[in-house]
Amino acid sequence: MSNIQELEAKIKDLEEKLASATQKNVREKIETMSSEVVDSNPYSRLMALKRMGIVNNYERIREFTVAVVGIGGVGSVTAEMLTRCGIGRLILFDYDKVELANMNRLFFQPHQSGLSKVEAAADTLRNINPDVDIHTYNYNITTVDSFDNFTNVLTTSSLTDGPVELILSCVDNFEARFAINTACNEFNLTWFESGVSENAVSGHIQFISPGETACFACAPPLIVASNIDEKTLKRDGVCAASLPTTMGIVAGFLVQNTLKYLLQFGQVTNYLGYSALTDFFPTMNLKPNPNCDDLNCRKRQKEFELKPKPEVAVEAKEEEKPVHEDNEWGISLVEESVDERDVTVSEGVTLAYTFPDQSSIEECQEATSNDVSLDELMAQMKSI
Amino acid sequence: MVDESTRKTLSTIPLLKTKAGPRDKELWVERLKEEYQSLIKYVQNNKEADNDWFRLESNKEGTKWFGKCWFIHDLLKYEFDVEFDIPVTYPTTAPEIALPELDGKTAKMYRGGKICLSDHFKPLWGRNVPRFGIGHAMALGLGPWLAVEIPDLIAKGVISYKEKNRIGYRVEFIKTYLLL
Repeated sequence: MSNIQELEAKIKDLEEKLASATQKNVREKIETMSSEVVDSNPYSRLMALKRMGIVNNYERIREFTVAVVGIGGVGSVTAEMLTRCGIGRLILFDYDKVELANMNRLFFQPHQSGLSKVEAAADTLRNINPDVDIHTYNYNITTVDSFDNFTNVLTTSSLTDGPVELILSCVDNFEARFAINTACNEFNLTWFESGVSENAVSGHIQFISPGETACFACAPPLIVASNIDEKTLKRDGVCAASLPTTMGIVAGFLVQNTLKYLLQFGQVTNYLGYSALTDFFPTMNLKPNPNCDDLNCRKRQKEFELKPKPEVAVEAKEEEKPVHEDNEWGISLVEESVDERDVTVSEGVTLAYTFPDQSSIEECQEATSNDVSLDELMAQMKSI
Repeated sequence: MVDESTRKTLSTIPLLKTKAGPRDKELWVERLKEEYQSLIKYVQNNKEADNDWFRLESNKEGTKWFGKCWFIHDLLKYEFDVEFDIPVTYPTTAPEIALPELDGKTAKMYRGGKICLSDHFKPLWGRNVPRFGIGHAMALGLGPWLAVEIPDLIAKGVISYKEKNRIGYRVEFIKTYLLL
């Protein structure tokens, strides 16, 4: 009997502990952001950005909605940063579950393994900052079934039921990036692409405003960071490596530029690369490709051309005079003939593959569609 | 990047010409017909060359594909279920072929049993859009993957030979019958 009493006492004790652990220090929602400097104000250090003259209107952050696609090593940290910054609404997409193999990255905890990433993340984030309105979607955006819902959410989920202000791509594969690119070109949505290489030692972020900057299809990933022999890294039995450091750095770049874009301070970087082995940070501007494969990208480019552009002051430059006024012998410089296939790329990058070489496949035949119906073909395939 | 025997196999798989994905209503039907014609030819070639190694079929819309593939090792036949979705951005992005029953058994796989294709296959697919189709994904993606991974998994004892029992065959027969 004493055993049961002991157990009952223990249960009561544990219940009390559980109640105090879950209820203590859960803060109430805060109606308006205050810049009052007191220990109890979670926004005092952020609002101090105004006093420092960095941001004019920090409290506007509450009007914005950001969608984070992919809640993995980069996406989860990105979502946490935005939550701590007090973003208005956060929309999370991911179809995966938390696994112990994810524990070399930040944010998720071992006890969350088995839960869906979006649900586990939403729980933690709501606890960190209950002011942020968090929506979650647990599906694979590249499938035909989910894509329509995905685009619908992106175009109607802002705080005023319009399109979200910004989409952050934190996915880990080409297919999902292309799906986001397709959606953003079609519905004219601004987004940031981000990525960490499979060998975990380089990463990048890229700002994509359809029609204005290169989209993901304008320059497919023909280029990869050089200076590293992939074979030395790709050990047998390892598909992809990851480091919490690289992912944290890329998430930091991503959210920093998100804040700059939303709150209009500083300069938003068009493309920022990061090579961990050499601490090399290339930045560049990427113009859209007029021959982009994506029809909607070309459409957005035409729209952008017609839009009036803000004038940018250009420093007046004195015209350079020719060194020799007269040219008695008619000497001129002739451009050397350049091999067309020799495409130059920026420092630190090399081409991963070249454009198709027609000769390699010309001996193939084409699958021509004659008058056979699809049903007949399906039946034929099944009966082989 | 492609060796001589692969090049030869490749040259016998008919190429496709319609660049259309599952969101492009009528054009997608056109593309799907080309996919089926190319696949049928490829399977017929395999049978003629005594190298038959997979069967595939799709749902009515052609967006979900499923079937079986098999691999002969030391005269024993190892068979696996294959499945994949056609992504909305197809054919710019290749399908992600999955062998669900091997999920978690090899590191050369992503979640859900999607095989790791980045190195040997994706650059090849990228430079041949839209001419490559599902048949090419099987020949250049899954084929080489099986050839490398399955003997290794057998050697490690991760997968073992399963004698097909009669009931299994019977269930399969009934299933096929119902589908017809």
